[in-house]
Amino acid sequence: MSSVGAALPGSADDASTAGRAGPRRILDGAGRDSAAARALERTWSDKPGVLGFLRTNDHKRIGRRFVVTAFVFFLLAGALAAIMRAQLALPDSHLVGPDLYDQLFTMHGTTMMFVFAVPVMQGLSVYFVPLMVGTRNTAFPRMTQCAYWVYAVGALTFWIAFALNTGADAGWFAYVPLTGPQYGVGHRADLWNNLVNFTEAMGLMVAVDIATVILKMRAPGMSLRRMPLFVWASLVASVMIIFAMPSVMLAANLVSFDRTFGTHFFNPAEGGDALLWQHLFWFFGHPEVYFIFIPALGFVSTIIPVFARRPMFGHDAVVMSLIATGFLAFGLWVHHMFATNLPELGKSFFTAMSYMIAIPTAVQIFCWIATLWTGRLNLRVPLLFVLGFFFIFVIGGLSGIMVGSVPLDLQVHDTYFVVAHLHYVLIGGAVFPLFGILHYWFPKLTGRMLDERLGRWQFWLFFVGFNVAFFPMHILGLQGMPRRMYTYAAETGWGPMNLVATIGAAVIAVSVLLFLINVVRSWLHGERAGDDPWGADTLEWSTRSPPPPYNFAALPVVTSRQPLWAPRPPDAPTHVSGLSAEDREGLVTTVLDALPDVRYSYPEPTVWPFVAAWAVYAWLFWSGLSSAGMFWGLIPPAIAFIGWYWPSEKETTRQILLDKRP
Amino acid sequence: MIEALHNVQAPGGVQAQAVYHLWLLLLAVCTIVFVAVMAALALALRRARRAGAETRPRVELPERGEPAVVRAVVIGVAVSAALLLGLLGASVYTSRTLAGMPLTDALHIALTAHQWWWEARYDDPAPSRIFLTANELHVPVGRPVLLTLRASDVIHSFWVPSLTGKKDLIPGREAMVTFRADHAGVYRGQCAEFCGYQHAKMALFVFADEPEAWQHWAEGQLAPAAAPRTALEARGRELFETGTCAMCHAVAGTLAGGRHAPDLTHVASRATLAAGAMPNDVAARTAWILDPQAIKPGVNMPATRLAPEDAAAITAFLGSLQ
Amino acid sequence: MKNAYRMRSAIVALAVLATLYGCERERRDFSPTPSGATAIKSMRMSDLLPGGSDKTLAVANRYDDNAYALAEGKRLFHWYNCTGCHGEGGGGSGPALMDNVWIYGSESANIFATIVQGRPNGMPAFGGRIPEKEVWQLVAYVRSMSGLVSSQAAPNRDDAMQAKKPESEVQRQRPVDVSTPRP
Repeated sequence: MSSVGAALPGSADDASTAGRAGPRRILDGAGRDSAAARALERTWSDKPGVLGFLRTNDHKRIGRRFVVTAFVFFLLAGALAAIMRAQLALPDSHLVGPDLYDQLFTMHGTTMMFVFAVPVMQGLSVYFVPLMVGTRNTAFPRMTQCAYWVYAVGALTFWIAFALNTGADAGWFAYVPLTGPQYGVGHRADLWNNLVNFTEAMGLMVAVDIATVILKMRAPGMSLRRMPLFVWASLVASVMIIFAMPSVMLAANLVSFDRTFGTHFFNPAEGGDALLWQHLFWFFGHPEVYFIFIPALGFVSTIIPVFARRPMFGHDAVVMSLIATGFLAFGLWVHHMFATNLPELGKSFFTAMSYMIAIPTAVQIFCWIATLWTGRLNLRVPLLFVLGFFFIFVIGGLSGIMVGSVPLDLQVHDTYFVVAHLHYVLIGGAVFPLFGILHYWFPKLTGRMLDERLGRWQFWLFFVGFNVAFFPMHILGLQGMPRRMYTYAAETGWGPMNLVATIGAAVIAVSVLLFLINVVRSWLHGERAGDDPWGADTLEWSTRSPPPPYNFAALPVVTSRQPLWAPRPPDAPTHVSGLSAEDREGLVTTVLDALPDVRYSYPEPTVWPFVAAWAVYAWLFWSGLSSAGMFWGLIPPAIAFIGWYWPSEKETTRQILLDKRP
Repeated sequence: MIEALHNVQAPGGVQAQAVYHLWLLLLAVCTIVFVAVMAALALALRRARRAGAETRPRVELPERGEPAVVRAVVIGVAVSAALLLGLLGASVYTSRTLAGMPLTDALHIALTAHQWWWEARYDDPAPSRIFLTANELHVPVGRPVLLTLRASDVIHSFWVPSLTGKKDLIPGREAMVTFRADHAGVYRGQCAEFCGYQHAKMALFVFADEPEAWQHWAEGQLAPAAAPRTALEARGRELFETGTCAMCHAVAGTLAGGRHAPDLTHVASRATLAAGAMPNDVAARTAWILDPQAIKPGVNMPATRLAPEDAAAITAFLGSLQ
Repeated sequence: MKNAYRMRSAIVALAVLATLYGCERERRDFSPTPSGATAIKSMRMSDLLPGGSDKTLAVANRYDDNAYALAEGKRLFHWYNCTGCHGEGGGGSGPALMDNVWIYGSESANIFATIVQGRPNGMPAFGGRIPEKEVWQLVAYVRSMSGLVSSQAAPNRDDAMQAKKPESEVQRQRPVDVSTPRP
């Protein structure tokens, strides 16, 4: 198929403006090994060394950083879980005392939810969304660059605090009054509040960036109806994050004010209400599990068509379901508060909403099964993880129907039944698809394939180990074992199931170890992958593995939902050309139909976002500990942001030269 | 220690029974749905031909239309929605059943949760018949019980699985829970909301006694402390009143009137000590008094340095408080 | 890439080093014996000594920097009804504890002796009634009422009606020893 380029109106290639632009620039649009590609490579590469590392705003490098950092914390939090399971294997165990155990389960939950799950999903979005929509970078690369450092430094601080006996110890949802000024002794709760500020700031920054690149910077011709399902999932998750995260930031800061300034938001004696915390937290907390889960749904919708060798059945229905899930997720939060003294009829409303959200999920599950049913199956490791997802997530979803009913929840709330449910939906619904998508995208990320055999061993060990570890917990909950117990008496009869669960946890640990071995070995010696080892349908597979810094030598024109599969209309251009290859230029397109709109100058790499991240970190950290910090701590961010936004004469001159007068 | 029921699937009272029926319904429906979905998936895996990465993807399928598949998916979604609606109805129905338990001649108990023990005040219209106890409730079989729930410090949760669902005790708020024990026996409960270091060892035992036995128990609880019968018990009482114990504990009929720790007037009549953490025997009592932190690290009761004979005296005195 | 690796190793090394220095503020001490202090049987109130001088009893109350002990001290201050005479520190029938006037001295050892031995004009002797460890916790809390302990470890406001500023916001008041009882 010959490559036919379409010249962008107003570009230096456009005959109508010839001669007015100044000296001729090399433009993009030609093939891979051309002078244009070499110029693009020069323009988009970062300087080597530490300075390049800190200054880069290449979405691929930042996205990879998010994923790797998130995985480091996944391993750390998993290690804590292993210690907890060791403690609970036998009754009346003295391995770990109550103080340390309280920190263990709090650090495990908080790390997994805030420091691993959300960042890893966002990181994969940061890496793959621009590739899937056919553009060169995210919309606000410096903001995402800053977000990474705020997150990394914030998460590190949280764990260093744990090493200093100041780890949060009141549960991942940190209820007041236990985290309030009277009962939250020391600074442990302040470190938790700080972590929330850091990770939520990161989440918001990345969400705005992703939403913008999806809505405004898609390749020409990629109308909303032609957008890949993972991109839809990222969009829905990002919009949800924008609405939900402010709630938890607000809540954490209100507790911070209570602790540092002596305010009374949660003090019933002076007009506050302890239940306010629960409302504010869960208004965020419930959508949060969905912005972990919805990108994972996107992963499943990415893998299934490729490995069933057919487009997704009911693509539009799946899109509608994703959007519906995003909306409905905001109406469920009280189901975490069924045991409080809220009015009973109101609680039943939330049961109804919790049941309602099962319907769009059911639609997606049936569409996926239909796709598999009518497809031709390539049973490789990514599809195996998707099958594991089905088994485990459906159990988790059904146990969710159980806990969503008020009367039954009053029996199983805050017991191991809920621990089982949440791990079934989070590990089944998010971690299994995550491992699947990592096996799928590893070639694109690194240029090498992960080992298939090790992948299968990892899958089966994880699947069996997970069920052995967590299924007995349903029974433990029904037998009366509440959550967050550092030990239990032998006569309760909870010993045998706990021992089984611990054995399962050990098997999970082995599977994770296999994954690490697989990653390291394959990264160094794995089979090299071409552009498209899976025969896939989305745009990221049309470029090199790993992609060059500029992603695409010429921005593609999309004419169908499966750009790499569907035959093109004979007269349609394959790409657009005319963007400067000597400047970091991109294309902004219209929201609905992705018609080319304006040319966009991407910001140059700079170290200011890194500096600003440290400044914001210092302010948030200091203000969490003292009143003076709240105000004086604003000085570093002020300096950093002034430096960041200070206009650069060189950049402005270049952009003026690139501008065309109408 | 003691045999006690604490299983959602072994209801001993009408509230737990209603929830147990709902549980069975949900379990049945969810199991059927799970099996159906997995069967569909298994069938899909079986019948679909195998392929590789180079197999031609059949992009033409959506345009061609797949009416049979559409029908199957629509039916699946419709059936799911109908089942969900039915389960919602069952859930609301059960909620109303639980709220509608008749409360005639209910026994009123005011339960206050502390870190990490339960204070129970048996209320009565006649103030002289109000008495305090801790960590162990006795209720008559067949009579409704109305618990008023308050928390003195952080959020706790009252939960006796075989009798009723849980209710949170939130500082600044008053909650209520009702239940009725329909079978005599011992039911174990536990705090079910993380409340600090000893959340794991904040248990509660509910003894459902036959009505006459319960009446006998209540009369016993109303009486002040039994007078010491031996010299050792007398010495123990003296130490109790003049030492560290009286700073926090109360024994009705003595000089000890502390209100911050469990009322010990009838401590020897209880089956367990320290909110279910230990059996209530001499060895456990002595060990607890000498160093509670070794058994429940973080608990509010301090270790007390006592000579062995003094410890024996206090233990004997406590043992006499039936 | 190598520089990034080196940077990461440095961070890990720092973190490991940090663990070696614990954090006194956050220690939760559940042991039966008080830490870093011994029972004070009596305290000299005068510097005048016949004969040679002996070494002064240097007593450091580690609880001054320990948030858990200070919080426990605050709880015990209410439980043992110190508020009955001293109010929330503003005094009543007993002297104020949040000011800079210390009749019997503001050092930890002095306050310990005051609580354990009692004092003329109404301060009961709590020796034998309050275990030693709890007395040291109370000592630390009493000192915190006039800002003599680390403000990072001092307690914050109670979840109750407010009678005064939280101890963590109190300005340090330099103690003035007043040896003769006030009229």
